[in-house]
Amino acid sequence: MADKRSSESEAVAELRDGMTLGIGGWGSRRKPMSLVRELLRSPVKDLTLVSYGGPEVGLLCRYGKVKRLIYGFVSLDSIPLEPHFRAVRQAGAVEARELDEGMLQWGLYAAALRLPFLPTRAGLGSDVMRINPELKLVKSPYADGEELVAMPALELDAAFIHMNRADAAGNGQYLGPDFYFDDLYCMAAKRRFMSCEKLVETRELLAGGALQTLRINRSMVDGVIEAPGGAHFTECPPDYGRDETFQREYAATAKDEDAWRRFRAGWLDVSEAEYQARVQAR
Amino acid sequence: MSGAQATRAASGAQATRSEVCAVALADALRGSGERLVSCFGLAPQVGARLAKLSFEPDLLLTDGICSLLAEAQPISGPRAPDGPDAPEPVVEGWLPFRSVFDLLWNGRRHVVMVASQIDRHGNQNFACIGPHPKPKAQLLGMRGAPGNTIHHRTSYWIPNHSPKVFVEQVDVVSGVGYDRAAALGPQSARFHDIHRVVSNLGVFDFETPERRMRLRSRHPGVSAQEIAQQTGFELAPNAEEAPETRAPAAEELRLIREFIDPEGRANSEVREVRG
Repeated sequence: MADKRSSESEAVAELRDGMTLGIGGWGSRRKPMSLVRELLRSPVKDLTLVSYGGPEVGLLCRYGKVKRLIYGFVSLDSIPLEPHFRAVRQAGAVEARELDEGMLQWGLYAAALRLPFLPTRAGLGSDVMRINPELKLVKSPYADGEELVAMPALELDAAFIHMNRADAAGNGQYLGPDFYFDDLYCMAAKRRFMSCEKLVETRELLAGGALQTLRINRSMVDGVIEAPGGAHFTECPPDYGRDETFQREYAATAKDEDAWRRFRAGWLDVSEAEYQARVQAR
Repeated sequence: MSGAQATRAASGAQATRSEVCAVALADALRGSGERLVSCFGLAPQVGARLAKLSFEPDLLLTDGICSLLAEAQPISGPRAPDGPDAPEPVVEGWLPFRSVFDLLWNGRRHVVMVASQIDRHGNQNFACIGPHPKPKAQLLGMRGAPGNTIHHRTSYWIPNHSPKVFVEQVDVVSGVGYDRAAALGPQSARFHDIHRVVSNLGVFDFETPERRMRLRSRHPGVSAQEIAQQTGFELAPNAEEAPETRAPAAEELRLIREFIDPEGRANSEVREVRG
């Protein structure tokens, strides 16, 4: 089996301006934050970002890296409204393609299955249709003739996800209660990067959890990055919970330029190793 | 039970406004049967637990993450350090987000959502205030509201009834109302079902020929006039004066105060009635 071990910098080096990037996890849960932090330090810009959004959306928007955002919500969970995302939205600084949460899944699933669209009732009658004028309807070819939304495939140039465990070949394992949509992000993307809390031997994977926790198989992954604490400050159970104190500090920087400069200097303008050392030292 | 809790539990008949709302929300779930109930806000969580503990034992409730719990638990969670003594929860099922969308499109769900704005047809907005490309206030976003409202029964909980919330026209339609559902035609809208709107002032439904919002009952101590003043559109006329929302039964108050919400957290959602 190919050794796909990689690094955050190698993954981010594959991104180009204007690409469409999907980021796994959900809200402030199991987000590939070490990859996001590396992306913040890079010159890449004008991204189209697809996400069940959490702090990675706020950070990437705050850095001006996002041109277009495709999302159902952006939330920090314990803080319902992501303050940096709110600020860029209220400044009109990103093109907001807001969808129903289920439509987002459907778009990823269509791309994963290499279909042009998948039909759904979700969105009908709502302003999702008005704020996404490219959405079209499709009529059932069967006797019912029902009109449905043709949710277009959300094809991704690249996907970043974070797992609890993985092997060097790209098999990934989640150990928390929910696998979210991470497999779909990978299958919808041309280049797929998976960070993990701990890299283990293939034979050790099943010692960590039941067979069905092996949601990501190596055909879905191009690069594997061992990143202990890589989801910080989002939660990554059972390895760690959300760092609520840190998250509150992050959220408070949205309305205070000085606090933002200090936060950026202390946590984002430093290497991942330095970030993790500072988290440990708190 | 602490002294304060004992006093509150013993205070008997005098229900708080939040408790009246929670009971009205429980009543909104009557007939739901073996359906998942998902709640935004505290009073609906109290109401759903109350319904399950009393007249709708088959309701499915989650732990707020992705376990289905066999029995109703306090709203503070079964293991909250400051919570009451509660039995270890029995997990009866697994409901990750992937299965949630399947379940809700399948229709076996009653969701109680909140609304930053709602109009006479039941169009709901919690996405943003102002024009969508550059809103004055970005709120929750569309979340699941478009899919929920077109697929299964939906009710709303509005703890701050005012003309700013009950508006002539919502800025963005996240949850689909009856006029828009009608425009889709009977086939596409066949699962659309906005059931109740419970606010801190009263209970509302859409049981009129044109499916316009109508006052169903006034909470005790609230006049129809006050409700009209606090509503930014004309409610559908009532043939007779709307009755009072029913008072919580003694056993319901006991369940709320001793088990479901002993700290009275849900009371903080609603401004208490003066006098």
